[in-house]
Amino acid sequence: MTVELRNVSKKYGSLAALTDVSITFEPGKIYGLIGENGSGKSTTLKLIAGLVKPDSGEVMVMQESVTRRIAKSVSYMTELDFFYPMYTVDEMLHYYESQFADFNADKAAKMLEMMKLDRTKRIQALSKGYRGRLRLVLALARETPVVLLDEPFSGLDQMVREAIVKSLLSFIDYEHQIVILTTHEIDEVETLLDEVAIIKNGSIIAKEPVEVIHATQGKSIIEWMKSILRTGA
Amino acid sequence: MPDEFHASKPIYLQVVDRIYFSIVRGEIKHGEKLPSVRDMAVQMGVNPNTIQRTYTEMERDGMVETKRGQGTYVKNDPAVVVELRNKIKTGIVEEFVESMNEIGLTNDEMLEGLQQFFSKREGEV
Repeated sequence: MTVELRNVSKKYGSLAALTDVSITFEPGKIYGLIGENGSGKSTTLKLIAGLVKPDSGEVMVMQESVTRRIAKSVSYMTELDFFYPMYTVDEMLHYYESQFADFNADKAAKMLEMMKLDRTKRIQALSKGYRGRLRLVLALARETPVVLLDEPFSGLDQMVREAIVKSLLSFIDYEHQIVILTTHEIDEVETLLDEVAIIKNGSIIAKEPVEVIHATQGKSIIEWMKSILRTGA
Repeated sequence: MPDEFHASKPIYLQVVDRIYFSIVRGEIKHGEKLPSVRDMAVQMGVNPNTIQRTYTEMERDGMVETKRGQGTYVKNDPAVVVELRNKIKTGIVEEFVESMNEIGLTNDEMLEGLQQFFSKREGEV
C-alpha cells in the first residue's frame, strides 16, 4: 500500500514543473520534500492529491491510478488560506465533517483543545499562527492512509512550529499512514522525518533516510542538501 | 531541530543517552515503566520510528525489557544503575582524554591537572 510516481512529467504551459520523476513512499513513514521555490514540491503533492494530472507517466495511490476521486484516500493540506474566512472554527469543522466520511470529530476536538483553538471564533479573526494550527487540525482529523502537508510551517513563528511538530507526532497514525510534507524550515524537521528527498528543477536529485545522513555522513539535513547541490548531482 | 540534538550522532542513540542519564540521576527508577513510544516521541519532538529504535537498542543493551501488551520497563535490578553510571563515566573519561591528547598533554600532566583542579576547588569552598 504505497504512493508511487512512475516517470511522471508535468508542464504548466511551456514551463516544466516535473520531469520524469519516479519515487515511492511507504506506509508508516514521514517524508520531507525539500527544494527551492518553484522546484516542483507543491506540484508533486497536487499530483498525488489528484488536483493536477500528469502529462505523462502514472501516479498510483494504494494501487489505484490517481483521479480526483482519490480524495477519499488522501488528506491534503494546501498552503493557501481558507476559502470561507467568515466561517467560525466550529462551522469549518462541521463543513469538513459533511464533506469527508472519514472525518473523526473526536480527534478534531482533542486537537483543538491541545492547540487552544477557540471554536466560536471566526477564521478571519484568527492570527496567522492559529489559522496554521486549524489547517493542520482539519488535515489530521481525517483518517486517510495518505496525508499531504504543503508547507505546514511556512510563515509561522518558532513556538507555533514546535506546536505543529508535537501535534503531528501526537495525531498521525505513525504505524500505518504515509505522511508527506514540503518545507523550507529544514531545522524543524530534522528529528521528525524518516526520509528526505531533494527536488531541483523538477527532478528528484536525492532521497535518503535521515538516519543514514546522520550516521554515515555526520551531517544535518541542511549540510547534506548543500553538499549535494554543490556537487550538482 | 530541538536544541540539544546534533547531527553528528544518530538521533536514536542520543535519545538512548538521555534516558540512561535520567536513570543514573534517579529521575527514572529501576523497574519503572517508560512512556509509550508515542508519548516519548511527543515529549522529545522526535519521530516515533526513531524512538522505537531507541527502545530496541536499550533492550539489546539489556537495560530495559518489553513486556508483551504492557510496555517497556527499566529492568528491575539496581545493578542496572551501577552499570549505566560506569558506562557514562567511561564515555566522559574517553572524551576528556581525547581532548587532552589533542592539545598534546601526557597522562601525567592530565593527572596533575586534575589534582590541581581539585585542590583549587577545595580551597575555594
